[in-house]
Amino acid sequence: MKKRLFTLLILVSFCFISCGEDLDDNFIPVNETTFKFTHHWEDEIVNNTDFNTLQYTNEFGNVLSIERLRYVISDITFTSTNNEAIVIYAYNLVDLADNTSLNYDLETEIPAGSYNVSFTFGLDNEDNSENHIDLNSASFNVPDMMGGGYHYMQFDGKFLNTNSEEQGFNYHAIRAVDNAGANPTFPQDTFFTVDLGTVNISNNTEIEVEMNVAEWFKNPNLWDLNEFNQMLMPNSTAQIMMYNNGQNVFSLGTVSY
Amino acid sequence: MKKGFFLITTLILICLGCSNDDVGYEPTLQPLEIPQIFSNNIIAPIIPTDNPQTVEGVALGKKLFFDTILSSNGTQACASCHTPQNAFTDNTPTSVGIDGIFGTRNSMPLFNLAWNYSERFNWDGTALSLERQAEEPVENPIELHSEWDNVVTRLQSYPEYPELFRLAFKTSTITKELTTKAIAQFERTLISANSKFDKYSLGQATLTAQELNGLDIFLREDKGDCFHCHGNPNNPLWTDNSFHNNGLDATFTDLGLGSVTGDPNDNGKFRSSSLRNLAYTAPFMHDGRFATLDDVINHYSEGLQNSSTIDPLMKQIAQGGVQLSEQEKANLKAFLLTLSDSSFINNPDFRN
Repeated sequence: MKKRLFTLLILVSFCFISCGEDLDDNFIPVNETTFKFTHHWEDEIVNNTDFNTLQYTNEFGNVLSIERLRYVISDITFTSTNNEAIVIYAYNLVDLADNTSLNYDLETEIPAGSYNVSFTFGLDNEDNSENHIDLNSASFNVPDMMGGGYHYMQFDGKFLNTNSEEQGFNYHAIRAVDNAGANPTFPQDTFFTVDLGTVNISNNTEIEVEMNVAEWFKNPNLWDLNEFNQMLMPNSTAQIMMYNNGQNVFSLGTVSY
Repeated sequence: MKKGFFLITTLILICLGCSNDDVGYEPTLQPLEIPQIFSNNIIAPIIPTDNPQTVEGVALGKKLFFDTILSSNGTQACASCHTPQNAFTDNTPTSVGIDGIFGTRNSMPLFNLAWNYSERFNWDGTALSLERQAEEPVENPIELHSEWDNVVTRLQSYPEYPELFRLAFKTSTITKELTTKAIAQFERTLISANSKFDKYSLGQATLTAQELNGLDIFLREDKGDCFHCHGNPNNPLWTDNSFHNNGLDATFTDLGLGSVTGDPNDNGKFRSSSLRNLAYTAPFMHDGRFATLDDVINHYSEGLQNSSTIDPLMKQIAQGGVQLSEQEKANLKAFLLTLSDSSFINNPDFRN
């Protein structure tokens, strides 16, 4: 009787064990690193509830609103103090209308330590020439006759023009192109590297990346929306101005653990 | 011997305990056949985990879609306003319901619905899934004017339907939820991806010089700039399925998305419709105000009306629009018509 009971207990235990989840199924990397994207107009937080209102004044003096803001960052790189680099060959489409896109969990575990952290604004030319079906699905393409590939940023809004009338603007950053048409040429690269500086990576590190939207209009090119507002994609001069103004748009925010 | 019996019984219990399989009948899965032009370019369609596509579910959904039993007086079906020969819309500005009353919105064409990634359906985004979308027209007093309880009773007492529901959903007890699930399954099979332009993209057809010139106008930001809202050769849905005020009116009688969200910034915004099958889907816009494709092109060229919520992607509003020449308009129209898919409207699988 005892043997039978023992056998039953063993088998019932086996039953529970065999039906249970493996612990490995829920394995979480020790060091989960997340990028959190926040947006500001100078010192003021910007999120999608602030859209559609003429409430910002750029350095030139244009009063403007934000109606759509989405951009791609790619190739996040962690460079250790002995100059070894961990590159995350992936990209993230940040869309202020979609709060889930504001947090980007890296799928690569970054060992604890001190790193210089950088990423690419937009896509480098190799990445930009590839077919990314999720970006296609988000209608983020640039037509071939304007160089092909993808937008780096789509920033749309309205401003008060010289007649004090609301007018749309489309600050769309792409790979600068000349001779839009069958055989476009490229005067210079307009993706760029954002260097966030040194970050200590530990368990579950969240790295805040701040975009100061006002900087796109500020330095070194004082941007007058009356002059540059729409149809800027085939305008390589405007694209290079965006590239130059973008250099100081991003900065490291809070790093939390 | 007793020990052996005991052991075998327990092992059977273990096996049964671990199994997810139902020993009874299962509907036959029928995954969507994804066209190459889609799999090459865009992410997978959205299929709800609680409503997988099955042979029996699709067949039931098709029968329901064409059956006037859903209307209170047995005179209209879904297909009355969504006819296959019109790419599942109709040919009137707005649609007439069973009581002879016309609604306020143009019937939306139905195709490639599983690729609406945001899952907001209807012109104003009211319905947050295809299943939910199928609920409203049945009870709408100016459409099928039924009550779901009555519809379910009629279906339940119909000779064939309980068995068809059992085959599709393993229960002959009919509900509103199962009815709309079946209709949604059928609607997800309505895939259009075999236009001349699709064949061109796959290297199986050539475009004329005029059609290519029209494509250029469509894509150029300093010409038509249609691509920001209506897709491109790499997004062959030819819509972003998003909501825009495209400058139809200076003031709004129909608030569109704004009536759903309550946000005045959404007033006058409607979902971008796909440019596929324009040859079959006139009249155009949410209220069917434009009888022809020429009227639509003229609107974007010189007919834009300014308003506080007009999309900033609309250009040269003060001049009325993008100012295309007559030749450019003709070329753009020629390109747009290459997106029409006659095999879709003639597909016998989609006919009653």
